[in-house]
Amino acid sequence: MKRDLTCIICPRGCSLHVEGEGKALTVSGNACPRGIQYAVDECTDPRRTITSTVRVSNRENCMVSVKTADPIPKAAIFEVMACIRQLQVEAPLKIGDLILDDVYGTQIIATKAVE
Amino acid sequence: MLKHDIVIIGGGPAGMAAAVAAYDNGVHDVVILDREEELGGILRQCIHNGFGLHKLGQELTGPEYAAVYKERVLERGIKVYSETMVTAVTEDKIVSARNRDGILKIQAKAVILAMGCRERSRGALNTPGSRPAGVYSAGTAQKLINCEGYMVGKRVLILGSGDIGLIMARRLSLEGAKVEAVCEIMPYSGGLTRNIVQCLEDYNIPLYLNTTVVEIHGQKRVEAVTIAQVDEQRRVIEGSQRRIDCDTLLLSVGLIPENELTREAGIAIDPITNGAVVDENCQSSVEGIFACGNVLQVHDLVDYVSDEAERAGMGAAAYVKGEQQTSSLIKTKAGRGVRYVLPQRVHTDQGAVSLFLRVTEPFGKVRFSVTSGDEVLSTALRLKAAPGEMEKLIIPAEKLAAIRDEIIVSLEEC
Ligand code: SF4
Repeated sequence: MKRDLTCIICPRGCSLHVEGEGKALTVSGNACPRGIQYAVDECTDPRRTITSTVRVSNRENCMVSVKTADPIPKAAIFEVMACIRQLQVEAPLKIGDLILDDVYGTQIIATKAVE
Repeated sequence: MLKHDIVIIGGGPAGMAAAVAAYDNGVHDVVILDREEELGGILRQCIHNGFGLHKLGQELTGPEYAAVYKERVLERGIKVYSETMVTAVTEDKIVSARNRDGILKIQAKAVILAMGCRERSRGALNTPGSRPAGVYSAGTAQKLINCEGYMVGKRVLILGSGDIGLIMARRLSLEGAKVEAVCEIMPYSGGLTRNIVQCLEDYNIPLYLNTTVVEIHGQKRVEAVTIAQVDEQRRVIEGSQRRIDCDTLLLSVGLIPENELTREAGIAIDPITNGAVVDENCQSSVEGIFACGNVLQVHDLVDYVSDEAERAGMGAAAYVKGEQQTSSLIKTKAGRGVRYVLPQRVHTDQGAVSLFLRVTEPFGKVRFSVTSGDEVLSTALRLKAAPGEMEKLIIPAEKLAAIRDEIIVSLEEC
């Protein structure tokens, strides 16, 4: 397998080149070790952190921003979004408060405080 | 008239970081005037992640990054006047503002301008066609969706591939809209490469370069737009027009620093950055008035906004304490391949100085060089350089101490 990727771990955006089979991959073009990890993950188990918003039911016109505490499989993004869209929460909320547990092994948590 | 040592205008990432830095450098009478109800500025609506990698060593969302700085402001007891609109700043550092309680006049020893920027609007674009509903600036759409929970449309075309346009392409896709395409009039995107990958490629959204919107169709609501390719002079290529059905057009066509107050204060403005002309401490042409963040130059990363704001905060604190630098100022200048250099002038006796710049167009491998007369002050090699990514070059203190001629930053392809 040969693949060209852009590392999205940091804004530098290194152009990575990946060669090899299975987990035995060689990566070049990375300016730091995190690029290797990214390239291997991207070729074997691509994941993304998802951010969205959830309506706060006991406040007028109020949304709280949320994220997945860890990256979820890329293929599950729309399924997780569908889940998030059905949620409603009640204030008060702190950053890091649990909104939904056990979503592909991680949680949906609040990224904003609501008084 | 109220009196404060340092008055900061704007409570976004720049204003908050400047306030904390000023406080930590020994000036405790610092106040922030903010027109919003809550500190955080634009970060409050930037719910995506990617903030803080440089500055805080972790990847945060916008609201989380803002919360870190808000906490630092509050734990120092820095006074914040919220929902307070500054109406004027004078050369003698009198700040006038208005809020619910009436009119406020503050005599400051130093002022830090941190008002941020605003989006270029449709008017600045001259797109012909009727004026149906469904045309939004990308930032307005972001606020509606992320803060108010109002979805702007179902089929969307985005004009402009700056970072906000790219981020919104992903956000709209996640919320179930179909993003037909992102059109960019330039031959390259103005956004970060990582955003092209994770916002467009991840969602199979096409990016059409050298392409613009030539007509908006629809009476009450947008029904379609006509896009067309442009040549090197950005003239429409006849026959390339194509109609794309959509109900929403988002414009992400650039940001303009909000410098009305700056101009009225008689502060010199750089015609390229549209922000104040400053020295390495972010001090403007008016002594004691500093500028930082997007009001000074439009940044692509909030981490660098915080860095810049800390320099402004430290500079303002030093000014209030009477520790001003005395050496002469040397001008900096953009040379070949460089669009602008900031700061526009530097002191030579203040230790190493960082220069920030943007290139004129995308390049492959380049070598930047910073020169003064025949002297090479520093060089830096980069595998690629793009206008969307700000570069930072450092001039070492010992090199700086000896120079007399203006400093020129240029690049060479290699
Ligand atoms: S390889 Fe390292 S430096 Fe390059 S983009 Fe990835 S994280 Fe950033």
